[in-house]
Amino acid sequence: MKWLKRYWQVLSRPSLHFSLGVLTLGGFLAGIVFWGGFNTALEVTNTEQFCVSCHEMRDNVFEELKDTVHYTNRSGVRAVCSDCHVPHEWTHKIARKMQASKEVWGWIFGTINTREKFEAKRRELAEREWRRFKANDSLECRNCHEFDSMDFTLQEPRAAEAHSTALGGGDKTCIDCHKGIAHELPDMSGVHR
Amino acid sequence: MKYRLVLILGLVLAAWTWAEAPGLSPSSPEGLRPAGTLGETTPATPIPGDPREVEREVRNYPEQPPVIPHIIRGYQVDKRFNRCLDCHSRESAPSAGAPMVSVTHFMDRDGQVRAAVSARRYFCTQCHVPQTDAEPMVDSDFHSIDRVLQEAAEGGQP
Repeated sequence: MKWLKRYWQVLSRPSLHFSLGVLTLGGFLAGIVFWGGFNTALEVTNTEQFCVSCHEMRDNVFEELKDTVHYTNRSGVRAVCSDCHVPHEWTHKIARKMQASKEVWGWIFGTINTREKFEAKRRELAEREWRRFKANDSLECRNCHEFDSMDFTLQEPRAAEAHSTALGGGDKTCIDCHKGIAHELPDMSGVHR
Repeated sequence: MKYRLVLILGLVLAAWTWAEAPGLSPSSPEGLRPAGTLGETTPATPIPGDPREVEREVRNYPEQPPVIPHIIRGYQVDKRFNRCLDCHSRESAPSAGAPMVSVTHFMDRDGQVRAAVSARRYFCTQCHVPQTDAEPMVDSDFHSIDRVLQEAAEGGQP
């Protein structure tokens, strides 16, 4: 308790040895360094390299992604993990990153550290992502696939019909129909799609 | 003495390998791989593309599994999920505008029609494949049943 009081006294009194200029300018520079460092660290956790550094991701979901059009295609455009699983906008990104701390917990305690454990939890994990996409109106899909930019005439008649009615009217969102486009689907019994 | 034996053995082995390597294949038949190339690495043939606009094709004989007139890249067909049945199942076919899998797919081995697609007919691509633009790699003298019947009626050798 005593040391806390001493710190409070130091903090509450004017500085004796440092000028106001050093304190403000130094604080400003330190702020840049810390803020920049924080964001850089945040961006590092957004890279594909970071995600597949765990074997849980590398051997299961990443392997499944590799065959899909979001990873392998003729035009060379590729979506990495964070493009779909982390919101791009800052506030939502921080919220998602805080939720993701549970994944660190799961990693430490080996929640899905074998293929069997992963298969047993596949439906639960998939449902969590479906719920998230449904709640944010498939925000991450729409970062690239803009409804206003879709040319219905180039789509197959059935797709154009569904997009112009259900999607356009807001009754449905991307994930309602487009499940399992980047990873394999779990046992789908009872899932309406 | 010992080293000489090893040397001789090595030379014999080398000579044998040299003599055998080209001889690996002349006896192999002319098929998808040209004869006499078994020991070589030949360039891979290009992967046939999926034609984008395809019509449903007439079957060459009644039992032919119809070819798939659309791209099936990355379709998941396993214990957990069957992407083909997502549209071709009994319930989904009308709304998806897809032909329903025929009733034979619901029969078990005793011919009894079951409620769901039989396990032995579950893996679609065992019989059904997409029609690609690939050139036939070997010649075929297959004639459709119509032509066989016509030739038989005309008295010729079918």
